[in-house]
Amino acid sequence: MSDEIISPRIYFKNFGALIVLLLLTIGAAYLDLGPLNFVLAMLISLTKTALIALFFMHIRWGGKMLHLAAGAGLLWLGILLALTLGDYISRGWLPVAQH
Amino acid sequence: MKLQPQSYLAEHTVRSWLLTHDHKRIGILYLLTIIVFFAIASVAAALMRIELVTPQGDLVTSETYNKLFTIHGVLMVWFFLIPSIPAVLGNFILPMMLGARDVAFPRLNLLSWYIFIAGGVLALWSLIHGGVDTGWTFYTPYSSTYSNSHVISMAAGVFVAGFSSIITGMNFMVTVHKMRAPGLRWFRLPLLVWSLYATSLIMVLATPVLAITLALMSVERVWGVGIFDPKIGGDPVLFQHLFWFYSHPAVYIMILPGMGVVSELITCFSRRRIFGYGYVAAASMAIAVLGFVVWGHHMFVAGQSVYSGMMFSILSYMVSIPSAIKVFNWTATLHKGSISFATPMLYALGFIGLFTIGGLTGLFLAALAVDVHVTDTYFVVAHFHYIMVGGMVMAFMGGLHYWWPKITGRMYPEFAGKLAAMITFIGFNLTFFPQFILGYLGMPRRYHAYPPEFQFFHILSTAGASILGVGYLLPFLYFLWSLKWGRVASGNPWEATGLEWQTPSPPPTHNFEKTPVVTREPYAYDAVTGKEEPQEGLMQQTSAV
Repeated sequence: MSDEIISPRIYFKNFGALIVLLLLTIGAAYLDLGPLNFVLAMLISLTKTALIALFFMHIRWGGKMLHLAAGAGLLWLGILLALTLGDYISRGWLPVAQH
Repeated sequence: MKLQPQSYLAEHTVRSWLLTHDHKRIGILYLLTIIVFFAIASVAAALMRIELVTPQGDLVTSETYNKLFTIHGVLMVWFFLIPSIPAVLGNFILPMMLGARDVAFPRLNLLSWYIFIAGGVLALWSLIHGGVDTGWTFYTPYSSTYSNSHVISMAAGVFVAGFSSIITGMNFMVTVHKMRAPGLRWFRLPLLVWSLYATSLIMVLATPVLAITLALMSVERVWGVGIFDPKIGGDPVLFQHLFWFYSHPAVYIMILPGMGVVSELITCFSRRRIFGYGYVAAASMAIAVLGFVVWGHHMFVAGQSVYSGMMFSILSYMVSIPSAIKVFNWTATLHKGSISFATPMLYALGFIGLFTIGGLTGLFLAALAVDVHVTDTYFVVAHFHYIMVGGMVMAFMGGLHYWWPKITGRMYPEFAGKLAAMITFIGFNLTFFPQFILGYLGMPRRYHAYPPEFQFFHILSTAGASILGVGYLLPFLYFLWSLKWGRVASGNPWEATGLEWQTPSPPPTHNFEKTPVVTREPYAYDAVTGKEEPQEGLMQQTSAV
């Protein structure tokens, strides 16, 4: 755990950035971009997550062990998403028997 | 004259127990709590087995039967098995095995017990107010839309208890990283420590997924947000994906610590170093990691894609490799060992046989085509009981007998112990082996009435359950007896290696008068005499005031 003292300015800047991203999320919901709506929403939410993890959760200033723990969490989330989506993506691959 | 430090049991006030930060006392608080849950869940099981003596549903209605198997499953899984070895034996033994005074965060440790109690109270509240009929798996859309029972409060109980699990896991991981005695390098750690570390990894990484899954189910139930119910735009298989992402690794939360206990017992009672220490330790970590990528084998017939099923089938086969490594290494450790059949060893040997049967029948279920035939039958019930009861409960009982002298300072009666171990083994097999046959013949699980041709096997199973009940009741009675009349135990009654045996029985509050220095590998039994090899610089204490 880092003992570094973080200036409140960094938190306020982050807070501002998160509010801007929130407004972007709402704005993007009014645009009709087809399938890209989902991609855009996910990109914005990933940016928000990264800001929270790096600054509010202090991962940016943490040691190697903290980075490893955070990385493991992300990897495990990746396993959950990859194998679950693997099911949904491959469901249509097998042709349905016609009667 | 030098005064010996005071035993951790010296203070008797209720306050000293309820506000304790001592890992040993917290372990005992967990033990007392899980005994209560085990008893309630066992009563539910007994009622089910009595109902199944006759083909007609003549003791309870189908609704009551649904509630009985739900309460049995919920309490046994989340309020008995998951905390059994980690929170009871792990809490008691882990810091001592590491040569530490306590866990890394003693206050959090006590908090985890209070959180566990809060979760348990919610679960019991649900039970008292009419119960839940969804099964322990809370499958949607039944749980989120149709069930009229107390689903939310029961799910909330599991949700809350999960945080206790996460805190304990995190505490153990930090303790293993930061609190090891000088010289206790990673590859000098006892194998129970490796198992508890691997278990903690699963607790920390998987439990949050269960929490969010149950929260999403509740959101759908309360506010009708379409997540899992297809009628309102959800997908029920998504619930199963999320639920089993936690609940399959949870099987390893239940069995990995049992494997660790068995490694301790096998080495001690065959007076041998473990065969292939590094492989057994690595197998624990491999099981923890691979256990996360096999969950789809619970969903072969649930609408999951065939290709996904094939992948999960192969991955499920892979997880059997590290499990088999452990079984072979325990067997190789026994080879040419100086074996004694003390009670803990009987439980350990029982574990190896029953776990092997449970594991091999797991391979049947991992095979796609066979699984189609036996899904949701008694074959599955028998398989997972061989792992969870035949495996984990046998290991827990073995561990409890092994460390009982350390915990209480008293020996249990050895003859009664051996008798109970044998009765448990016989009762267990009579209960669950017929269920393999029942399932293969087509008897579905979770039915309170059935065709008459299945009655013979059901009667066998119920008869076995009554024997099993005696096997569990007997230790309860003689453990209580031993607290007052049991022979006083020495610091190391089994002449075992391991730092926990280098301190008095019962240990002083801070475990060691002086921090021990470790200079040797674990399980340092002399190859010829079987006696413990001496270690330089290790303080021997024999008694506490």
